[in-house]
This record gives sequence, C-alpha cells and structure tokens, in this order.
Amino acid sequence: MSKKMEGSLLLRNGRLLDPESGRDGRFDILVEEGRICRVAPRLEGPADRVIDLSGLWIMPGAIDLHVHLREPGFEYKETILTGARAAAAGGFTSIACMANTSPVNDNAAVTRFILEQAAAAPVKVLPIAAISREMRGETLVEMGDLVAAGAAAFSDDGRTVPNSKLLRHAMEYAALFDRRLFCHCQDNALFADGVVHEGLLAAAHGLAGIPSLAEEIDIARTIMLAEYLGLPVHICHLSTRGGVELVRAAKERGVAVTAEVTPHHLFLDERAVADLDYAGEIVEGFRPEPRRYNTNTKMSPPLRSAEDVEAVRQGLAAGVIDAVATDHAPHEATEKAVEYDLAPFGVVGLETALGLVLRLVAEGLLSPLRMAGVLSLEPARILGLADRGRVVEGAAADFTVIDPEREWVVDPESFRSRSRNTPFAGWRLPGRAVKTIVDGRVVFE
Amino acid sequence: MAFARKDLLGTRDLTAEEIRTLLASAASFREIAERPLKKVPALRGKTVVNLFFEPSTRTRTSFEIAAKRLSADAVNMSASTSSLVKGESLLDTVDNIQAMAPDIIVVRHRHVGAAHLIAGRIKASVVNAGDGANEHPTQALLDLLTISQHKELGPGLEVAIIGDIAHSRVARSNLWALTTLGVKVRICAPPTMLPRGIEKLAGIRVCRRPEEALEGVDVIMMLRIQLERQDKLLFPSVRDYAAVFGLNRSRLARARPDAIIMHPGPMNRGVEITSEVADSERAVILNQVSNGVALRMAVLFLLGGQGGGGNE
Repeated sequence: MSKKMEGSLLLRNGRLLDPESGRDGRFDILVEEGRICRVAPRLEGPADRVIDLSGLWIMPGAIDLHVHLREPGFEYKETILTGARAAAAGGFTSIACMANTSPVNDNAAVTRFILEQAAAAPVKVLPIAAISREMRGETLVEMGDLVAAGAAAFSDDGRTVPNSKLLRHAMEYAALFDRRLFCHCQDNALFADGVVHEGLLAAAHGLAGIPSLAEEIDIARTIMLAEYLGLPVHICHLSTRGGVELVRAAKERGVAVTAEVTPHHLFLDERAVADLDYAGEIVEGFRPEPRRYNTNTKMSPPLRSAEDVEAVRQGLAAGVIDAVATDHAPHEATEKAVEYDLAPFGVVGLETALGLVLRLVAEGLLSPLRMAGVLSLEPARILGLADRGRVVEGAAADFTVIDPEREWVVDPESFRSRSRNTPFAGWRLPGRAVKTIVDGRVVFE
Repeated sequence: MAFARKDLLGTRDLTAEEIRTLLASAASFREIAERPLKKVPALRGKTVVNLFFEPSTRTRTSFEIAAKRLSADAVNMSASTSSLVKGESLLDTVDNIQAMAPDIIVVRHRHVGAAHLIAGRIKASVVNAGDGANEHPTQALLDLLTISQHKELGPGLEVAIIGDIAHSRVARSNLWALTTLGVKVRICAPPTMLPRGIEKLAGIRVCRRPEEALEGVDVIMMLRIQLERQDKLLFPSVRDYAAVFGLNRSRLARARPDAIIMHPGPMNRGVEITSEVADSERAVILNQVSNGVALRMAVLFLLGGQGGGGNE
C-alpha cells in the first residue's frame, strides 16, 4: 500500500459510525496524505476532492481477521490479488491471511512473498504465520524472524496444536513480540472423520458427526493455558453454545481471551445440509442441485444446531464474541462437486459478510455502532493495530462506506473471488458497501 | 397409480400413498416368479444400469433379475471395472453413462448423498440402492412387503430394530417408511452405535437393552453387525456383542408368540442372531429375498414405465 492518495479528500455528509468514540451522527472527515486529518460536524474545503456521502454510512475500514488467500500453492482457488479484490468489493480494507498455503507460511521468505504479492492489491494484507513448522504441531516457527518480516499473528488454522506444551511455549514466545495466537480449537480424536454437526441431522441422514464437544474441550484447554500464563489468546470461528459460555466465563475471570464468529455460523444451522424445507431465504432461480447434501454447507467447524446459532448471535450482541470474521475459504467448483464426505471443508465469505451483518442490524440484534465495532475496532485491537478501526486524527484513512438500503441478491457469478463456494447464493441482503477507501484512495465503488 | 417421481432416493420423503402404491404393485409382480416363463414385456427396450461402487452381490443380483424379468436390458458396472479407480470424479463417470442414454440407473455407493448427487445431474431415473449410512429404500420397502404378508401395516403394529443403528441405511429407510405408515418403532443399539439425538425423532422409542425392545413386539429386525467396527472402539468384542445384543431363543420369548424375525442379510450367525433362531419357522429372512425381486420390479416399472415425472 505504497500508493497514498496525493492531496486532500473531504468526505461529507455521511453518517459516521465510530465505535471507539461512540460517535454516531453526521460528520465530515478531511483526509490528507492518506491519513485522517480532521473530523467535525461540518468542514468546508478547500480539498482536492470532495465526495458527498448523503444517505450513506461511513465506518472505519472493515478488517477481516480470518481469510485463506491460497497463494502460494493453490492459485487455482484464489490468489492474493483476487482475494484482495473480493475483500475490497465486500467493504474490507484489511485482511489477515492464514498460513495453510503450500509452502506453509512458516518462514520469513513466505511472509515476504505474500507481502510482495500484496503490494499490488487494493487492500492491506496481513500475513498470519504458522505456529509450528509445516503446521505439524511439533516444533515452533522462528517467530522473531517472522515478525520482522511482517507476521501479524500466529495460527495453525485448519488444525489444532495438540501438544499443550508446544502451545504454551508458542503463547509465551508470541507475547514477546506482542503477537497473539489465533487458535483453531478442535480435539482431533473426537472430530475423527466427521463432516457435519453431531446432532439430529447427522443422526437422521447417517452422516458422520462432529460433536460440539470436539470444539469445546479444546477451547477450554486453550483458555486454561492463557489464564495460567496471563497472556492473551484469540479463538477462531466460535460455533457452539458451550464455547460461548467458556469464553464468557473466562472474560468474567479477567482472562484476555477474544473470539470471532463467522457469518455462516450466525445465519445457518445444520438443517441447511439436508432439510428441504430449510431454504426460505433463497429467492427463485438459486436453488442448488442437489437440494440435499450441497457441499457448500460443509465447513469446519460445521453448521451447528439452531440453539447454537442463537447462542453465538447473543454472544456477539453481548460482546462475549468480539468480532465477525469470514473464514473465507475458496475452493474450485469441481472440488466441491463431489460426494459430501469427500468435499473439502470451507466456504467463501468476503463478498457476503457485510451484507449479512447488515441483516443483523436490520433484525435489531446489533446497533449500527456495534456492527462497526465487530467489523473494525475489535479486529484492529485483536491484531494490535492502533492506526485502524478508529476515526481519529492520524489514523489511516481506511473507510467502509455503506448504503444500508441498497438491497441485493447474492449471485456467485458476480464474485471477484476466484471461487464461488457460498451457501448464501440467492439470499436477499439489505445493504452493501458502495465505496471502499484505503489510505484515502477509493479502491472499490 | 400415484407415483410420479423421477427418482427413488429414499423413503424419507415418500407419502403413505406412494408407499402403498409401491407395495401393491410389488404384490402383483410377486406372482411372476411362480410362472414357468418368468418374464413380462413391461420394460422392453429400456436400459437399466446397475452402478455399484461398493461390492454387493445380492442387491445387485436382485435388481438384475428384476430388470430382466421386466425385459429391460440390464448392464452391470462395478467399482473394480469402473473408472472410479482411475481417479475420475463421480459426476464425470455419470456424464459418461448418461451419454449412453440409459433409462434407469441403480446406484450403490459408500458415501451419503451419492445417489442425490447423480440424480441432480442426470436425465435417467435414479434408484438409490444404498448411500453410505443414509438410505436403502428398496430394502425397507421389501421389508414392508414381507411384513404385510403376515401383519397389518399400521398403527397397531410394533417393530423392534436391533443392532448398529448409527451405520445402518436399512434401519433409517425402515424408520422413515414404517413411521410414515403409523407403525410404532423401537430401536436398540449399543450406546456407541446409537446416533446422538435420534430419540428426538417422531414415532420412535429408544430402548437401552434388547429385552426391553423385544417385549411384546410383532416384528423383529436384526441388523448385521460389521465386524470391522470393533477396530474403531465401538464395541469391545464380538463375543460381548453376541452376549448382550444377540437374538437367541430366550430373548425371542419376550416377543409376541406370532412375532416374525427379519434380517437384511448377510447374517453373522452366532453374532447378532443364533442359527437356531435364524432357521426357525418364525424367520422370514428368505421371504425377504424373494420379495426383493418383486419389489424392485415394481420400482423399475413405476419409474421406467412412465418416463419419470417430477423430481424431489
């Protein structure tokens, strides 16, 4: 992101949502040299460029804590550039990409490669390095070297770190660099060969189940380690009621645990896998074939029960869950056009997340300010980025401009992402990003 | 008759009327097996492909005989000769078969939903002959046909299904079909083979021990225990399983005196059922096999004879 906007930009008449200051109202924002210069109810020029945002919302640029950009190694699914374009179109200004590429991002050369590729990207890319070499859960990566190269956090996402001693040492070592572990919590033996939530749907359809317990046991272990060490930790894609309770209790004890939830776990439950009556959201023309066992409902953690969906929603509204992150996991169409058991886990999310979170606002679950918080301020805090997620003088001029009333229907064919594996095809969403601004430059409109 | 589906993928979505239509049609085909010339021209010129990705001798043979008795051209494709072993995707395999313009494809596959995946892709009618642990509709329907020769299929009837429920497509297809007809179903399995949450399904009662499941029932369905499950920590030993869950004469005494005994085969004699019980007069296991041909004739006839109708 070297190309800063030359000159000044005045963003006028928008409804500012700034979760840190609590500002929710009509403000003008003056940007100079890619940074926020002034914020006031009314600013007159002069400015080199003026954008009128009447009727629109403006918030600190959305930050996605959890994406898979697939490069290097799986460029047929996604590249850093196509993923970043999808992010810009979805209203995200920063995205943190997971390490499970090929080769794994477990050394400074891969981190530097990602950042070099990202130089041409419309949004800011934050590489998350692996916790263990080749994500094997055996030895630590060279954290100092990786941080120097630009690693924003550490995660073996996609798998857990089964060795508790290794996880402990990773937590301790990462703290030396003010970096946090992003933990994918999963007990491998309980997860076994499961493909859907272990519940009524799995029972009825003979699909191998993944118990909530597989996630919760490992969340408990991770929280206990963080509590013992007095160090922060971040829990990826929380999906169960029990997980929400564990995080709530830990926060009440003062543990520095944070958690994210994905849009799909906020909107879909296990019935989406096979219940023919459970498709009320989908408009005509988008019904998937086959209507049962559509592999775009397969992800890890799996779509849980309706009670779990309600629990993560309430957890997000109450602040137990800090952030919404997509777990954007692109897969090529033919990889998903197979038997359910054989399909890879994961769905794309960058281009639908904001519209879905806007639905939570429309439903009254989140206030517009809280929506801005879970998408910008909280992720920035989790990543330790003081220059993002807030609209204050000196911060990066990253903004998401939203038309809250621009209804649209999700059409995967229109995605910028190289992949189309969304469970939300045909969903009607209430609003969307109409401008994405990075360092004072409009990268999407 | 009231059967307007393109495919038969499971019993889950069948209405009581559709089930009764299939059973009535099967009953009329049963008589053909007793003729000196066991053949009718109902599906002359139609092509039925048996596409079996999992080894199965008896189901495949049953479908093949059913197709041939209807004068259809029956072709068998099994995994060992198919391109599956060469790394081709299921849908590519299916596209190739579709290009040869079959009328009906009978599919057996180890993964749940394989038949649904194929049905969504292909013009031919698809009959699910078993997809993973999900459904095996023709087995359930032939079981119902067999029961109907001895008992009134309806709310007055109680059926016990005992064995590895978690991994059994036979159990699931029977559950859906029986409960749709209002039959009361009891299920009993080792706790490791009982899917979590199944007790919430309407119309079934979960019994902890086989003695409870058998008490006063009209029909007993024993499921085959797959011996390799022992390796997955699901039961301690075959001996222990036989002792706790096997159907023997003393357990059988708890059922109604006129209760019939069923087993989808192949049996592990001495494990889930003793030879003494399996060979007794109350066992209708070979009737199930005979009925299988008639039932599958009815299915092929109803799907193939009319060229298919609406989809699931």
